[in-house]
Amino acid sequence: MGRIVLLFISVLGWMFRPPLRLRLIFKQMEFVGVRSIFVVVLTGMFTGMVMALQGYHGFRMFSAEGMVGATVALGMTRELGPVLTSLMVTARAGSAMAAEIGTMKVTEQVDALYVMAANPIQYLIVPRVIAGVIMVPFLTVISDFVGIVGGYFVGVGLLNINAGIFMKNITKMVELSDIFNGLVKAACFGLILSLVGCYKGFHTTGGAEGVGRATTEAVVLASITILISDYFLTALMF
Amino acid sequence: MIELIDVHKSFGVHRVLTGLNLSIEEGKTTVIIGRSGGGKSVLLKHIIGLIKPDRGQVLVDGVDMTRLNDRELNEIRKKFGMLFQEAALFDSMTVGENVAFPLREHARLKEKEIREVVSDRLRAVGLSGVEEKMPSELSGGMRKRVGLARAIALRPQIVLFDEPTTGLDPVMTEAINHLIMDTQESFHLTCVVISHDLQSIFRIGHKIAMLYEGVVIAQGTPDEIRASRDPVIEQFLAGSIEGPIQIM
Repeated sequence: MGRIVLLFISVLGWMFRPPLRLRLIFKQMEFVGVRSIFVVVLTGMFTGMVMALQGYHGFRMFSAEGMVGATVALGMTRELGPVLTSLMVTARAGSAMAAEIGTMKVTEQVDALYVMAANPIQYLIVPRVIAGVIMVPFLTVISDFVGIVGGYFVGVGLLNINAGIFMKNITKMVELSDIFNGLVKAACFGLILSLVGCYKGFHTTGGAEGVGRATTEAVVLASITILISDYFLTALMF
Repeated sequence: MIELIDVHKSFGVHRVLTGLNLSIEEGKTTVIIGRSGGGKSVLLKHIIGLIKPDRGQVLVDGVDMTRLNDRELNEIRKKFGMLFQEAALFDSMTVGENVAFPLREHARLKEKEIREVVSDRLRAVGLSGVEEKMPSELSGGMRKRVGLARAIALRPQIVLFDEPTTGLDPVMTEAINHLIMDTQESFHLTCVVISHDLQSIFRIGHKIAMLYEGVVIAQGTPDEIRASRDPVIEQFLAGSIEGPIQIM
């Protein structure tokens, strides 16, 4: 973990040195963000739907079905939106980062960058970290929104909760700080998953087997770190 | 002029270089020979600053590579080109983009000028018109030639070759040897070549250095090395399994 922190410091150092590699940053933003939209929409939608379904059965015991909307919205914005989005991006993009950089490492492409006086941290890692920090919050906004839409569909459409009460409780209970703090969390998780993916790729040894190992380790370590840091971030923020 | 003075390098308990001394002449081709796993690639990576020695100096035009920071290393690396064993072309880029990479990084050229230089370098290695191909579409020999085109894109003073003919058929081996000799002559390069291929060694080398047990045990012209009575060199050149070189 200490080495990942050292890598982060190094990334910060290289981030502000010219040249600014905008083309690479946009390419990674497209890969991490745009190409993850479908999986994030699917995950967010069904999470919101199942929360509404579970919540409805619980709240019905107290005749408080109208709270389903607020519960889904709070759960998505504070917790499930950022966490599930970052876990899905870890599985899709974090693993790809480890595999791509790992393959470049074992085939001497990383050495080739050094030889051609292009620093691999600046060329490979900085764009991926920037993309992670920017795009995971962006995806979280989408996840939050479709999760609430999914909850609305199940709550109002299928379970006949009053639409006005459903929406009124959301606006009454959910504050802007809930959304904002959720997005701060998402940015932290984006940083974690991209740093871990790049670190594991960058330290790959041992050919194809090593690349496979690095990819698996990147997903496991990033997922665990996201879940543990989620507790501490929640304790600090809410 | 490149000089390695009393260079030591260990990886864990494995001592790879144990006080190595070597001088590489400017404008000539020096071939480093030695058994597999004997530290030749490690030596090459010391020359370009990819590995720092535990002790000793690596001087390039009088500058000690071991004392430079990242920025200074990057500056001095612009003097170098390197052809890696498997060419190390970037998979995600076309051949043209690979050769253009050092130009886009370091030369202030317009896009049209970059395309002209790329085309010129590819022509120099006998591969005109492959700019749009991906590295995965090329044969081993073609990949090495593209790697060489990329290595000489910025007209470096020094080019390092890590086993340039390994894995190639005899005809392609000869073609690569010719290419190394032609490129060295036409660009007046200082070349450092690692090779096991005896035919190539004597064909392209102005000077040959034998690395054994972490030190250079002999260096000289091809004729001097051929005439050497050192039992290690005799065994290596004869390809004999009997002699001081132990088979692990």
